[in-house]
Amino acid sequence: MIDVKKIRDDFPILKRKINGNQLIYFDNAATSQTPQVVIDKISNYYSNYNSNIHRGVHMLSQEATESYEKSRRIIQNQFNAKSSNEIIFTSGTTHGINIVASGYSNFLKKGDEIILSEMEHHSNIVPWQMLCEKTGAIIRIAKMDENGVLILDYFKSICSNKTKLVLVSHVSNALGTINPIESIISIAHSNNAVVLIDGAQAAPHIKIDLQKLDVDFYVVSGHKLMGPTGIGVLYGKESLLDMLPPYQGGGEMIEEVTFSKTTYAKLPHKFEAGTPNISGGIALGTAISYLNEIGFDSISKYEKSLLDYSTFKLLEIDGLKIYGESNQKTAVISFNIESIHPYDLGTILDKLGIAVRTGHHCAQPIMDHFNIPGTIRASFSFYNTKEEIDIMVEAIKRAKLMLA
Amino acid sequence: MKSIATIQKEIIDEFSLFDDWMQRYEYMIDLGKSLPIIDQKHKTDSNIIKGCQSKVWVYAELKKNQVIYTADSDAIITKGIIALLLRVYSKQHPSDILKADTSFIDKIGLKEHLSPTRANGLLSMVKQLKMYAIAYQTQLN
Repeated sequence: MIDVKKIRDDFPILKRKINGNQLIYFDNAATSQTPQVVIDKISNYYSNYNSNIHRGVHMLSQEATESYEKSRRIIQNQFNAKSSNEIIFTSGTTHGINIVASGYSNFLKKGDEIILSEMEHHSNIVPWQMLCEKTGAIIRIAKMDENGVLILDYFKSICSNKTKLVLVSHVSNALGTINPIESIISIAHSNNAVVLIDGAQAAPHIKIDLQKLDVDFYVVSGHKLMGPTGIGVLYGKESLLDMLPPYQGGGEMIEEVTFSKTTYAKLPHKFEAGTPNISGGIALGTAISYLNEIGFDSISKYEKSLLDYSTFKLLEIDGLKIYGESNQKTAVISFNIESIHPYDLGTILDKLGIAVRTGHHCAQPIMDHFNIPGTIRASFSFYNTKEEIDIMVEAIKRAKLMLA
Repeated sequence: MKSIATIQKEIIDEFSLFDDWMQRYEYMIDLGKSLPIIDQKHKTDSNIIKGCQSKVWVYAELKKNQVIYTADSDAIITKGIIALLLRVYSKQHPSDILKADTSFIDKIGLKEHLSPTRANGLLSMVKQLKMYAIAYQTQLN
């Protein structure tokens, strides 16, 4: 069971006051907060062994390299990848997707098809549109129903031997829907399509077993995993990463350089050109260890209780509609109140110290599906409490009176 | 005709009467509700300023050497700020509009709405008001 009081002490930012009110942070789907151990790890790196990795013979460089590579192994174990060569450090999910999308421009041709779900974040749409512009491949959309649930039969019907790539989020950032990725991967593989899963919203809440999933590519962001910003991970099966060309050229990613020819370094370094975000990579390992200490079972159970409680409390408010009503959800609630613009409600909540996200959440096709300009999104983490949800509900009622 | 500076001072004085943010926002919401809505025929896609948070429409015409602005938004607080901006800028000579700044928004405690991070279309709206003024100024020269 989770000891929330003790956990909250790990997060210094939760003590902040906003406009005189105690901060209530419900924007965890955008960025999770950072525990003191992670902050200390970053500070310790710059205080004690800041230096470049994989290059120097000196002590600092060796220590930095060891910590960075140790973190890679922590991540490998966390996600159960077969080899640490399959763990590529990136700047985040967007970067990971772009590495794969850019690489596939060598392998797609006119008439090939790729499938995206209707609930993708823009970062899992735009790189593929760019790929299609380059190659002449066609995007097909896997539709969702009125509850924000992917229609698996429809997906099955558009998946064929023309399908080369399937790109689906594990969890929708705007709705919280957990997609049936096991079925999606199996259907795609039976058509010989390669699958990339955007795991940015799943990894902080669900234990991921990459080998069991048999997924081809999986991408996550550190800043949603209690880690720092500007760090993320691209997982790819070794054979596929071997096949893809490098994304950027530079130092670190080479084996040998002459002016006539360069040979590339082996995995994972082939995709890690230039000096990386070293402290970020190291601290991401610490963040993941922190999450594991709390335990994903406890996290899932506790966050589910927050989701159920807030759904119940919010639905007591007249005119409130929740978007995304799958029975498989992470602790994300997207909602609107009749005749109130999400920007107005979000502004008043901010004044009361409550941080929620408003707008289209970088997922405009979802907003188009429901024919709305945007929503208010409250997304919870294991350091949030039912008391905070009560305060939000009262704040919404107050805002509603002001705006009515 | 009151000068832009006079109107700005009036607004600052009005807002100084409020004790807290609640009163300020309640006033803004009332202003938003009372904003004369842009003529439907000008509420077109070409007059729209897109923000990720809320949309703004703005239109301007020149009458008797004064720029007359009308505008609208889908969010009421945004509309309230639009009402203030139009009270300051509308029915003024283009050259005066070009000289005016928006620092009164800071002074009445609503600075955050004109911040680029808000993505509510207001910052672009202010630019658009000035663009109209530049265009009409050129016409007058």
